Amino acid sequence: MYRYDEFDHDFVQARTAQFADQVERRLSGELTEEQFRPLRLMNGLYLQLHAYMLRIAVPYGTLSSKQMRMLAHVGRTYDRNYGHFTTRQNLQFNWPTLKDVPAILRDLASVEMHALQTSGNCIRNVTTDHFAGAAADEVADPRPYCEILRQWSSIHPEFSYLPRKFKIAVIASPKDRAAMQFHDIGLELKRNDAGETGFAVFVGGGLGRTPMIGHRVRDFLPEEDLLAYVEAIMRVYNLHGRRDNKYKARIKILVHETGAEEIARQIEAEFAEVRKTDLLRLPEDEIARIQAYFQPPALPEKPARSSAFEAAKADSRAFAAFAQNNVSAHKAAGYGIVTVSLKPIGGIPGDATDAQMDVVADLADRFSQSEIRVSHEQNLVLPHVALDDVPALYAELKAHGLETGNAGLVTDIIACPGLDYCALANARSINIAQDLSNRFGSAEKQAEIGELKIKISGCINACGHHHAGHIGILGVDKRGEEVYQVTLGGSGDETAAVGALVGPGFTGEEIGGAIETVVDTYLKLRERPDETFLAAVRRLGQKPFKEALYGAA
Amino acid sequence: MTAPIQKSAAKTKAAQQVVTGNRLIDGVVVYLDAAGGWTEKIQDARVAEGADDLEDAVATGKEGEKNRIVVEAYPIDVTRGPDGLRPVRIREKIRAEGPTVRMDLARPVGA
Repeated sequence: MYRYDEFDHDFVQARTAQFADQVERRLSGELTEEQFRPLRLMNGLYLQLHAYMLRIAVPYGTLSSKQMRMLAHVGRTYDRNYGHFTTRQNLQFNWPTLKDVPAILRDLASVEMHALQTSGNCIRNVTTDHFAGAAADEVADPRPYCEILRQWSSIHPEFSYLPRKFKIAVIASPKDRAAMQFHDIGLELKRNDAGETGFAVFVGGGLGRTPMIGHRVRDFLPEEDLLAYVEAIMRVYNLHGRRDNKYKARIKILVHETGAEEIARQIEAEFAEVRKTDLLRLPEDEIARIQAYFQPPALPEKPARSSAFEAAKADSRAFAAFAQNNVSAHKAAGYGIVTVSLKPIGGIPGDATDAQMDVVADLADRFSQSEIRVSHEQNLVLPHVALDDVPALYAELKAHGLETGNAGLVTDIIACPGLDYCALANARSINIAQDLSNRFGSAEKQAEIGELKIKISGCINACGHHHAGHIGILGVDKRGEEVYQVTLGGSGDETAAVGALVGPGFTGEEIGGAIETVVDTYLKLRERPDETFLAAVRRLGQKPFKEALYGAA
Repeated sequence: MTAPIQKSAAKTKAAQQVVTGNRLIDGVVVYLDAAGGWTEKIQDARVAEGADDLEDAVATGKEGEKNRIVVEAYPIDVTRGPDGLRPVRIREKIRAEGPTVRMDLARPVGA
């Protein structure tokens, strides 16, 4: 894992002290709320419905066991014994007091964590594949490039007051597990025919009010030009992005209004300018220096097949389901990547108690080289588990309510905090997720349905990625009542697609039944059991689902 | 991005309003009371009846902002039923009662 150097250490310490002073000045009256608000947001501190909310950065979703234990400590000491993992691979605490925040930030800084750039119109936490560094299908570990981007973008003076927030994702596999094409900039690490490393570059993707899929502006950008090219994109956006209307201020609108070809031309022109100085060319030895922090752990050699793992699958249907859904292919023979689901049946997506965080930290120490990942799908991942150890790991997870074997299934639902917590929300989303989880919760039903991603947002800002859901649910306020619109056919993978609205919305009481109707229609009409929901919607179109929901026109 | 204040009182014609905000030091939901202080219990809130009374209550609430007791004081519609005062809009009901999905964190709101 990346370790802070002296600069990082001093910088985070200085910012922690600076914010402590700002909090003191706010409480003493030296700063008004109007003056303080942008300062607290720059430090990840929001004011939500019930309390302050602190969003803590988990750079590219990578945590050590030590850092996870610190998150548990913060939840236990300053909050209400739980935290919420988000779709940006971060963690939110829902109940910190303003007066405690400086102490929280001091504690976090002691394990190289902070809350910087988790809010505001700046470059946010760079996200990546939650299987990074372990996935069997990756070209290389994408995290060194995420770290290079993090270092470059942290308090970058030119990009601290952008027209709007800015999100970057980096993947390194043909399989997109990070919704890369729904980012302001998406980068796909690849190798060209000469075996050189570079990136396909996508610009102008995003969710929210105006969902758009990113446009490919470069098929192969040499890795040495990563920062120069991203800086060129940022400059074009910073110069021409709209500042008159915050709903039209994201780069996706600029790309849409200007045209992808013209934007690509402007980026190339700016890139040519940036390159003249050579200042941002990434030297090979610097890339190697950062890569050294992300060297794969020295895993003892194992045979590809584990008899203990196979025997446990044969012994227990529940374990077999866990193995099938929650254990993914690792690049090292005899190892697996284990998803620890934060979606217990009927539970709150993404929430983990302080005790569960401690347990995951302990299990990471015991079974996964002390490494943990946070997924944008609001689960945790133990990236380096010997298949021989999975049965013992499963038993420990089960003892703490973390054994749900539903990764990628219908109950593995993304849901934003919604109107239960969020000041921007128009409708609740967690209760809808819980209702659906209970309806589809039996192991048999989930196995029958197979892969199906339901994503729920409580407002148009789309923190729950509803546009990218195979089934997307958007809560709106219709004359004081919570109403839920349904979209079908969205996808956040390499076949990225924006879901299409199926028809008029449903009340909170109706929405669960409506989704059951959609799923039943799929089960009735699929050509064979392995035709996924998404494939069936793409083949059938909306018509049969509309008819099932609203009757034939 | 910060929350736009939902000035529900301006949108509807409920007969009664109270003034609410979040306490500066800890963010807790509070309501202006009849003595000009701030209470966590909506049942103890000052109920404004009529435009002049509401204007006065909001002005007192804004004093609470200046005095660093609350952040963003604003009026909300309420109704009085058998269980006492209840906000009209769901957003304010959830603020008054706590997250609906964590009953262990609920705020007592009865009369």
